[in-house]
Amino acid sequence: MWRDALLVAGKDIRIELRSRVALWQVLPFAVLVLVLFGFALGPGPKALRVAAPGLYWLAVLFSTVLATQRSMAIESGEGTRDGLRLSGIDPAGVFLGKAAAVAIQLVAVQVLLGAGIVVLFDVHVQTWWLALAASVLATIGLSAAGVLYGALSAGLRVRETLLPLLVLPIVAPVLISGSRAWSAAVSGAVASGASWLKILGPFAAVYLAVGVALYGPLQEVA
Amino acid sequence: MDRAVHLRSAVALAGRFPALSGVDLDVALGEVVAVLGPNGAGKTSLLRTCAGLLPVTSGEATVLGCDLRADRTQVRRRVGLLGHDPALYDELTALENVRFSVRAAGLGTERVGAALDRLGLVGRLGRTPVIRMSAGQRRRTALAVLVARGPEVWLLDEPHAGLDADARAFVGALVGEAAASGAAVVLTSHEPDLSVPLADRVVVMRGGRVDDVRDGGRCVAGAADRVLVAVRRDDVGVA
Amino acid sequence: MSARMRSVTRWVGASAVVTTALTVWLGLWVTPPAEVQGTLARLLYLHPPIAWVALYCAFGVAALSSVLYLWHRTRSLFWDRLGASAVEVGVVFTALTLVTGSLWGRPTWGVWWTWTARLTSTALLLVLFLGYLALRRVPADPEVRARRCAVAALVAFVDVPIVTFSVDWWQTLHQRGTVLNPGLTLKVHGLMAWTMGLGFLAMTLVFVWMLLVRYRVEALSDRIGDEELEVSLSERWAEGSTPVTPVATTPVTTPVTPVATTPVTTPVTPVATTPVTPVATTLRQPAGGGR
Repeated sequence: MWRDALLVAGKDIRIELRSRVALWQVLPFAVLVLVLFGFALGPGPKALRVAAPGLYWLAVLFSTVLATQRSMAIESGEGTRDGLRLSGIDPAGVFLGKAAAVAIQLVAVQVLLGAGIVVLFDVHVQTWWLALAASVLATIGLSAAGVLYGALSAGLRVRETLLPLLVLPIVAPVLISGSRAWSAAVSGAVASGASWLKILGPFAAVYLAVGVALYGPLQEVA
Repeated sequence: MDRAVHLRSAVALAGRFPALSGVDLDVALGEVVAVLGPNGAGKTSLLRTCAGLLPVTSGEATVLGCDLRADRTQVRRRVGLLGHDPALYDELTALENVRFSVRAAGLGTERVGAALDRLGLVGRLGRTPVIRMSAGQRRRTALAVLVARGPEVWLLDEPHAGLDADARAFVGALVGEAAASGAAVVLTSHEPDLSVPLADRVVVMRGGRVDDVRDGGRCVAGAADRVLVAVRRDDVGVA
Repeated sequence: MSARMRSVTRWVGASAVVTTALTVWLGLWVTPPAEVQGTLARLLYLHPPIAWVALYCAFGVAALSSVLYLWHRTRSLFWDRLGASAVEVGVVFTALTLVTGSLWGRPTWGVWWTWTARLTSTALLLVLFLGYLALRRVPADPEVRARRCAVAALVAFVDVPIVTFSVDWWQTLHQRGTVLNPGLTLKVHGLMAWTMGLGFLAMTLVFVWMLLVRYRVEALSDRIGDEELEVSLSERWAEGSTPVTPVATTPVTTPVTPVATTPVTTPVTPVATTPVTPVATTLRQPAGGGR
């Protein structure tokens, strides 16, 4: 399973490095979301600073949808979908590999967005480890849930419209916990912030487990 | 188990459509079977069923001793399917595609170079992303994947389509070699001239079932021409 | 569906109508207005029972059927149909929960909507299962659809406690005590308790009745699908010709038989000995690279 996961993740990352969809589409989109929020909330620096953690996570959520869609588009050709099923790769390995590739892209998105809210919204993070821990756990959860739902809607002609409807409510707890934890990290309220990790951690664990268990039947879409 | 494929009254569904309406077919290891028939006769579905991709809903279906009705996934890594739409990743090169496939099957990567060599996918062409290749070159890459994996049952869907004369001749040699090495080959074709001489048996499909069986050119010396005449008269290969 | 099931459905339907009518009569005319909330409290004969049906009965049935469908030993389209029917009814009841809650909230809190934990997580639940229904409407082969939907329902269901927990936390940390707790403002009078109990019974019966009817519709439409499949199967079989007079040297006759009556024996031809004339074993490397 782990060997297969590495193989699939390596393939997806290599394809990404060559097609540069994340670089030229997902990253600019994430920054665009931040700028648009800035327009919507007005130029008052105080409102922006308060809203920044929430906006950051909302932008991450939207990017997750895009990255997942791209991750599924790689396998969407008739031939490649059959190819993956015929390859003999363990479905759990496919799931973990694709989730890992999405996670790596989300890390890149978050680095850029983090810089974005510092520069654009003048946010100063007090407790770095808390923000980092929240990000790491959230990234695992988001990519696992995203790839799971991506596979659910893979091969459907309505994939583009269906996926956001399915994924976004599922990841609402990540939005809530992530932005609360980041607010705490910004204000330095470590105790209340750290307790949000208790939601992000189980969320990641649950969706990883569900994905490993159920990706096999999902791949069997004849 | 010398029987590679065994189908009895097999019904297979593609969605809600009975792609196979009751196929009877046996293919032995080392045998080459050519499948002819008009468009929509179920040729591709026959191959996809043998590959464990389409669900068999009634009848008997066994490939390499695995019952397809019980578990379709076991047989998949042991067969090789060359589909209409080659199972390749557009952004990757021929080398990377073949290497991924070989590693996925748990085989050693030393087979990759040899396979690419045989298909002429070396030098600059081997390092070109598949998306920038011509249709024929893409098909050759897909064939290289098959050669590298060395399956026990070769399922070739119109292997001659879109290939130049050299590559077509190569397909013929490849089929012969595969059969000689003890693998079973099932290939579909719209071009009896090319496929019948390669085959031990020719199966004609219509309406999702085997309508007629004839000897192929490989079996009876000199029979190829007569088979060609017969098959042509039936207007096989023309929708 | 058997005749017995149909009569069960009728009886459940009839008792649902009777108990609902009784609840309405007791709730609107017989019980006295509550001390604090007056006539408004009468909504509580209906709102908690609806929420009970939506959150526990419907989604409980849906989750259970999804698990039973996915587990290979109990896999049957019965569970798929039951689960889908339960989600559909559950979505209606969840929407009703939100509407009745909102009707009650406007005079009580002065707003249609507050971001309380309970409201927010119920709304999220509604959206989650609307997604399920959207997925279900996508045309697909029944087995594929069943698999997909069972996974979606299960994943959504796993999310429910996480959503509830996080929203709970989110609300208590930021809006502590701004909202009345509805349960405590009502001193439950004896007859009121009975009426509320009857409301629970009535709504549960309505749920069971809707579930049975919905299941039947689902089963019937699947049967139509099966019959269509039979027809298209025999049509496809008939596309083949009657046996053509063989022209080839060694004719192998394949009699045309209807599906699954007499198995056709196709003799396995021995492996040929005539070798294929060796052609190119390697392709020349083309002059140019990729286009």
